[in-house]
Amino acid sequence: MTDGDAPTAATDEGGGVFAFGADAPLRLESGGRIDGLEIAYKTYGRLNADRSNAILVCHALTGDQYVASNHPVTGRRGWGSYLVGRGRPIDPGKHFVICSNVVGGCMGSTGPSSINPATGAPWGLAFPVITLADMVRAQAMLVSALGIERLFAVIGGSMGGMQVLQWAADYPERLFAAVCIAAAPRHSAQNIAFHEVGRQAIMADPDWSGGAYGAGAARPEKGLAVARMAAHITYLSEAALQRKFGRELQRDGLSWGFDADFQVESYLRHQGASFVDRFDANSYLYITRALDYFDLAAAHGGTLADAFRAARDVRFCVFSFTSDWLYPTVESRAIVRALNAVGARASFVEIDSDKGHDAFLLDEPVFHDALDGFLRAAAAAQAPS
Amino acid sequence: MNAPAIRPDFQEILRQVKPGSRVLDVGCGEGALLELLARENGVDGRGIEISPQGVSACLARGLAVMQGDADRDLDYFAARAFDYVILSQTLQAVQNPRHVLGELLRIGERAVVSLPNFGHWRVRLDLLVHGRMPVTGVLPDPWWATPNIHLCTVRDFAALCDDLDLNIDACAALADGRPARLINPARAIENWRAEAALFLLSRR
Repeated sequence: MTDGDAPTAATDEGGGVFAFGADAPLRLESGGRIDGLEIAYKTYGRLNADRSNAILVCHALTGDQYVASNHPVTGRRGWGSYLVGRGRPIDPGKHFVICSNVVGGCMGSTGPSSINPATGAPWGLAFPVITLADMVRAQAMLVSALGIERLFAVIGGSMGGMQVLQWAADYPERLFAAVCIAAAPRHSAQNIAFHEVGRQAIMADPDWSGGAYGAGAARPEKGLAVARMAAHITYLSEAALQRKFGRELQRDGLSWGFDADFQVESYLRHQGASFVDRFDANSYLYITRALDYFDLAAAHGGTLADAFRAARDVRFCVFSFTSDWLYPTVESRAIVRALNAVGARASFVEIDSDKGHDAFLLDEPVFHDALDGFLRAAAAAQAPS
Repeated sequence: MNAPAIRPDFQEILRQVKPGSRVLDVGCGEGALLELLARENGVDGRGIEISPQGVSACLARGLAVMQGDADRDLDYFAARAFDYVILSQTLQAVQNPRHVLGELLRIGERAVVSLPNFGHWRVRLDLLVHGRMPVTGVLPDPWWATPNIHLCTVRDFAALCDDLDLNIDACAALADGRPARLINPARAIENWRAEAALFLLSRR
């Protein structure tokens, strides 16, 4: 892969907030609906004349639409900078890249921190419970609104990868290719357990106030920070933690108290403290809930393969990472097995990495080369010369 | 433009596999055979490959390939998912050849299997004269470095097929650089002459 010097800022960036009219409510899996849905999104590159080069990138639990731009709050570069950019596998020089904030999120799309028109106050816990299928339905509405009937590809890692699977189940005719990275076809008991720890930390914070914080009041920052700290451990591997920190101390000698003696403690505290600047506690509750409710097989009569029956013509590529214990390789294999059971065109690569789940966001050249090769070949197959 | 010469074993596989069929190549490497089958015979191909580099090369060729190995991952596939399952020069390197062979003909209507023949005269002569494990063109590694942990002869393989109720529909002797030659695997002389052999198998 040629890692160009061209700065990603030079790419055509677009986006904004798409406000759907009263005639286009988001119908929810729970039976409810959201009127006046707003979806915040970013685009990179240009849609070609026959509208065949659009790639939808789906973000993970705490991601957002700023996949390849500096984050407006933290100023840090986009979470997907290794994947999206000039000379990267997803290249705005040839693809029209769309990334939207999920419904339930807190970066501009309708979520629990949005204003409830009925009360004039933030929704809080009055916001309806949403699911990954709801997130994907909102994305499909946005893609249609942008004038795109069929996506060249939908790509995502972690929760984004689960959305890719949901896309394949719900809108197979609107996809040419699908890339599912470091994901699972359902949340395991362990996944739910870690999320429950996070949610209980938030709800134990007195500032959470039953979800009715906001508008000048204190926010449950301590609870949200602890939730992030617990979750962050699941994104790493023991090897990565050991390599990064070992038992290294912050200062010479122990404090004989409960300060952050160890560098790993300090690191986690920093991860927690900086997270609360850019994320909303109620959004964290809603999105983790959506993940816990995700079980693609259960939604298709208990047989995962049945979710993919109509997706036989989609070109799939599934990636996992050896040291990912959050969504381990065995989960990706279950996806691939189900795809094969219906005769779908499935490829699968397990990338050797000791960086844990987070590897999908990091510098992993073997992964990026494989993705690049897959997308190039898919583009050639979509438009035979 | 000179097309690169097609390997004789690939040539023979190309001849055996009916156009337009569904094919799984187990141990597909960088996908050269699958690409050839797709181009020449219009097959709908899938591959299994153990090395990530091989899988990556296949992806860049637009092939659908899964990382995995023959011992463990054939259970990915439903019964009779393929018209042909190809296992080229690999059966002798798997942990459980009997199980793998059974799996090939569970998921495929037919299997194409090629093997080095330990009954070849040079192998026998080497062992007889030198009393050491033979090192030949098709068996290039010393005993302590070879991936070939389950070597057999043409007759051994035919006996295993018989045991598993498999038909040998065709058999070809392979020799380095020369075209494949159809043989009768039951004839003792062929077990002396074939350096390697390729079998087309089906269930009885």
